[in-house]
Amino acid sequence: MIFNEKFETMPLADLKNVQGERLRDLAKYVYNNCPAYKTKFDQSDVRLADIKCIEDIKQLPFTTKEDLRNSYPFGLFSMPTSQVQEIHASRTTGNLTVVGYSKEDIKLWSEVMARSLCCAGAVPGDMIQIAYGYGLFTGGLGAHYGALELGLTIIPTSSGQTKRQLKLMQDFKPRILACTPSYAMYMAEEAREIGLDTRQSTWQIGVFGAEPWGEQMRNQIEKTWDILATDIYGLSEIIGPGVSQECVHKDGLHMFSDVFFPEIIDPVTGNEVEPGQCGELVITTLTKRAIPLIRYRTRDIVSINYDPCRCGRTSPRISKIKGRTDDMIVVRGINVFPTQIETVLLGIEGIEPHYQLIVDRQAGQMDDLEVLVEVEERIFSDEIKQLRVMEEKIHKEIESILGVSAKIRLVEPKTIARSEGKAKRVIDKRSL
Amino acid sequence: MKIKQVSVFLENKKGRLLEVCSLLGKSNINIRALSIAETEGFGVLRIIVDKPEAAVNVLRSSQLVSNLTEVIAVEVEDKPGGLARILDVLEHNDINIEYMYGFIEKFSENALMVFRFDDLEKAAGILKANSIKILTQAELGTACN
Repeated sequence: MIFNEKFETMPLADLKNVQGERLRDLAKYVYNNCPAYKTKFDQSDVRLADIKCIEDIKQLPFTTKEDLRNSYPFGLFSMPTSQVQEIHASRTTGNLTVVGYSKEDIKLWSEVMARSLCCAGAVPGDMIQIAYGYGLFTGGLGAHYGALELGLTIIPTSSGQTKRQLKLMQDFKPRILACTPSYAMYMAEEAREIGLDTRQSTWQIGVFGAEPWGEQMRNQIEKTWDILATDIYGLSEIIGPGVSQECVHKDGLHMFSDVFFPEIIDPVTGNEVEPGQCGELVITTLTKRAIPLIRYRTRDIVSINYDPCRCGRTSPRISKIKGRTDDMIVVRGINVFPTQIETVLLGIEGIEPHYQLIVDRQAGQMDDLEVLVEVEERIFSDEIKQLRVMEEKIHKEIESILGVSAKIRLVEPKTIARSEGKAKRVIDKRSL
Repeated sequence: MKIKQVSVFLENKKGRLLEVCSLLGKSNINIRALSIAETEGFGVLRIIVDKPEAAVNVLRSSQLVSNLTEVIAVEVEDKPGGLARILDVLEHNDINIEYMYGFIEKFSENALMVFRFDDLEKAAGILKANSIKILTQAELGTACN
């Protein structure tokens, strides 16, 4: 089922017109209602009269996470707080990032979350267990509003109290589970401890998000719970969950681009990259009122696909998050994301290996990229020949995918330094 | 007939071989034969020990990558042309040797060589047919004690 047939299956040409009209109104709205944006626009010599169609978005300046932090708490709001109905916040490092929702924004959030749940396969009358945290975090309430809008029966368990989650699942028999993928994994452990057969769970559809996760984890969750595990993407700055969502085909996340306009850019030059190429996802909230954002740099690395999907939706699809721009390095002029290396290794070994990139540059020379790969028993051989073949295979794959030649070095397990369970992926020794 | 060789992945770093040998020593595992193949960045240590399974467990618990490979230990007459005779038999029967190395000590009048073949069964059959003595794991075990 498609929740909003009109917008989700709209021909791309019509969609562009809608986006263009909305952008024109939005530019005026923020200019007139948000002093911070007025200053920003004036500094970038933006002339509102020049913003006529969606392509003109390139004339507008980017908005960054720093802009949000510097304007803590309400400096980027386009509306007095007295008209704001709800405030949420997220904390990564440093200051809280604060967002607000007007009455219309809550309606928008309900709509896009209803679209998302529908996209995952929910239909009115289904029962949903919402195990995202309720509170300042957008996960719980966002899913809640969408479920209300779609007409689902909600069990608002929030996160935690895992034994109770499992008991309520068994007793109430919800068909849908919404939580972080790591919590789905954690619940499986707990289930095993109390002797519950995870494959007998009543959950048939999972709406998992709020953190990056790979195909390997998806397979594990699907096998463990005998469930369709779909990915949902969102960030509080844009609205929370409901920015994009996978359909049953699990071939990219449908981006609701009539309200959240996506651009994929080269994070260094700011120029748009070709469809299919990896770049930073930039989103403009075309219809938000309390805190609309213009060309917000998400720092998430994705690629985009404008082909209509088998499910009937015309909305463009973004890939799963392939990394963060913070992790990006430029080697010999080419942008390299550590996760691309991970994809290569995954393809060769079928496992998630530990690796590290070391970039160095001798005076007056080109950059050297060295990739350290920890050897595991699966790829180990008593024959040097086989190990060399492995090295060569990794070398060739990296060269063909990244366009950069790297020296491969096989190292012993646990030689790559780990901090808090995460390996440090990049060491840049260049003095630039 | 077949014996088990322990192979260990080692980076070319100072003290790596010492660490492996002391680990095995502390676990009362005796090394009977040894060879190292190396490249610029890493090496593979191959050893024949009296307790191969125990050796792999010890190494793995110290987070070293190791595995067991089946190889053949062959008695070589300790006189000029002894090894050549065996290589000649293999050559004539089109058996490819991946690598080979010698034992540290002798168990009898004859020397011992370890062979790694890509087709171990075929190699063993041909060696036997040519009356070349192949040692069993048990023989190695008793010889060690």
